[in-house]
Amino acid sequence: MTTLTNNAEQSSEQPAVVVQGISKTFNPGTPEAVQALVDVDLSIAPGEFVSLIGPSGCGKSTLLRLIADLLPPTDGSIKVFGKPAAQARIDQDYGMAFQSAGLFDWRKVAANIELPLELMGYSKAERSARSAEMLELVKLPDFGDHYPWQLSGGMQQRVAIARSLSFKPQLLLMDEPFGALDEMTREHMQNELLAITAELGTSVVFVTHSISESAFLSDRVVVLSPRPGQVHSIVDVPLGERSDDTREEPEFFEKATEIREALRAVEAGL
Amino acid sequence: MTSPSLDPIRFGKPAYIYRGLQQVGMILLGIALLVAMWEGYKAFGAWTDGTWPGTERELPVPSDNLNMPHSYDIVKQLFEPVTRRADETLFSFLFKSAWFTFKMAFLGFVIGTIVGLALAVVMLRSSWLERGLVPWINVSQTIPLIALAPLVVTWGRGSFLSDTQSVAVIAAYLTFFPVAVNGLAGLKSPDAQALELMRSFAAPWSKTLFKLRFPAARPYLFPAFRLAAALSVVGTIVGEISAGVKGGVGRVVLDYAGKYSTGPERLYGSILAAAALGLFVFGIITLAEKILMRGQVGGNA
Repeated sequence: MTTLTNNAEQSSEQPAVVVQGISKTFNPGTPEAVQALVDVDLSIAPGEFVSLIGPSGCGKSTLLRLIADLLPPTDGSIKVFGKPAAQARIDQDYGMAFQSAGLFDWRKVAANIELPLELMGYSKAERSARSAEMLELVKLPDFGDHYPWQLSGGMQQRVAIARSLSFKPQLLLMDEPFGALDEMTREHMQNELLAITAELGTSVVFVTHSISESAFLSDRVVVLSPRPGQVHSIVDVPLGERSDDTREEPEFFEKATEIREALRAVEAGL
Repeated sequence: MTSPSLDPIRFGKPAYIYRGLQQVGMILLGIALLVAMWEGYKAFGAWTDGTWPGTERELPVPSDNLNMPHSYDIVKQLFEPVTRRADETLFSFLFKSAWFTFKMAFLGFVIGTIVGLALAVVMLRSSWLERGLVPWINVSQTIPLIALAPLVVTWGRGSFLSDTQSVAVIAAYLTFFPVAVNGLAGLKSPDAQALELMRSFAAPWSKTLFKLRFPAARPYLFPAFRLAAALSVVGTIVGEISAGVKGGVGRVVLDYAGKYSTGPERLYGSILAAAALGLFVFGIITLAEKILMRGQVGGNA
């Protein structure tokens, strides 16, 4: 688990992500122009876990894609580990996971995990050593030779996380990765994600629309308001090291309530 | 989520062989049924003297031995000399003719597939070219092959193509179409998320093409290949006939059709040879699919 002390220790390093004055308009200059984000500022420390939450259409996925340089911003600048987002993408400074695992079904599990390594020119030996290590990390050591469709949804999502971490990026960008999973599987995955990112010291930007998920996982929760997307408020969640007991503690419920109230304020247009 | 004891699905030999045998069995059963229907119709015709029972109306096809020789006579004919003075059996002659046609059809299939895939990639790369090319690709298939075939052979003679190569080009003219159309659909089939993933890996266009788009296109390509294989045989036979190329099964069918009244069994024999060629080509594609789609959910066509 990343804690605030951990962040303080690393504060002398580059921030993982700095978003400055970001605006994004889709189809600018046309009747279909949509202002997705306006003037967003956000800074994420190394090792920090930050969730983006907000009603649908608030631009949380757009913000994640701007950080990933999958979309160009209309205005403003994004730095990832001090580099422009485009350079960070080319340098493979971040890994990414989506709502659906998105494994290539013609590749076995191990080959899926090795895909980014293959593209980066790792040798065969390095690749198989790394995929074995990653399978160990996501607790699927015996499944490298299976095809993705032979795995359950939760197992597939673990493989997707292993793929996104296989080249050991210091930043993980996740777009509702557990959205399609049932509640119990989801909670297991949350525990495991925290354990993995703590072990590797990975910073995480996590898009979700689950209040309890954001409260459980995050050091900070960024609440966005829609049309146009803006940062409404940022909720600090200093709950210390998480465990399954955390989900039943009063402090956890207090934080969830605080996030819920922020979301209600957003919906009421306050 | 403790890891459940997931029984790996095996593609073991026994199941594989069993399914292969099953397929062969179905083909044999189909042949037996055809023969039974053929002979049944002949027996029916002989019984009613060629009319519908109780009427004067004739059956659609006369069931006499000239129009419909007995199946065993057709098979017997296959093992008799091809001409009165020749040592070669009809079977061996037809086999050579079919092989000659196969070589042209195969070349046509290969050329058509390469051209089709190249067109698909070009159209994928540029939507501008896609809009420009699609009408031409569609129009190309509306021109009757019989009109085009002699022209291709004439042009071929004027340049560097032998007549058999020209026939392959004619076959390719039919085969490129399904490959281009389905190929483009297949290359476009990966969803936005898969493409975003490749972009997040900073994969260049060519890597995305070969590591994502082509593998994803396979379920689209194999039906196209099967259609293209059948079309390559059809195109070659039409090409042979209209170009006057000797030695192939198309030419043999034409010859025997002309000599029908003196030996209908030979015509039917040559038609069987053409059908067997089609079956052979189909088998090759199915085998290729089995190998290239191994382990896949959709790989059991």
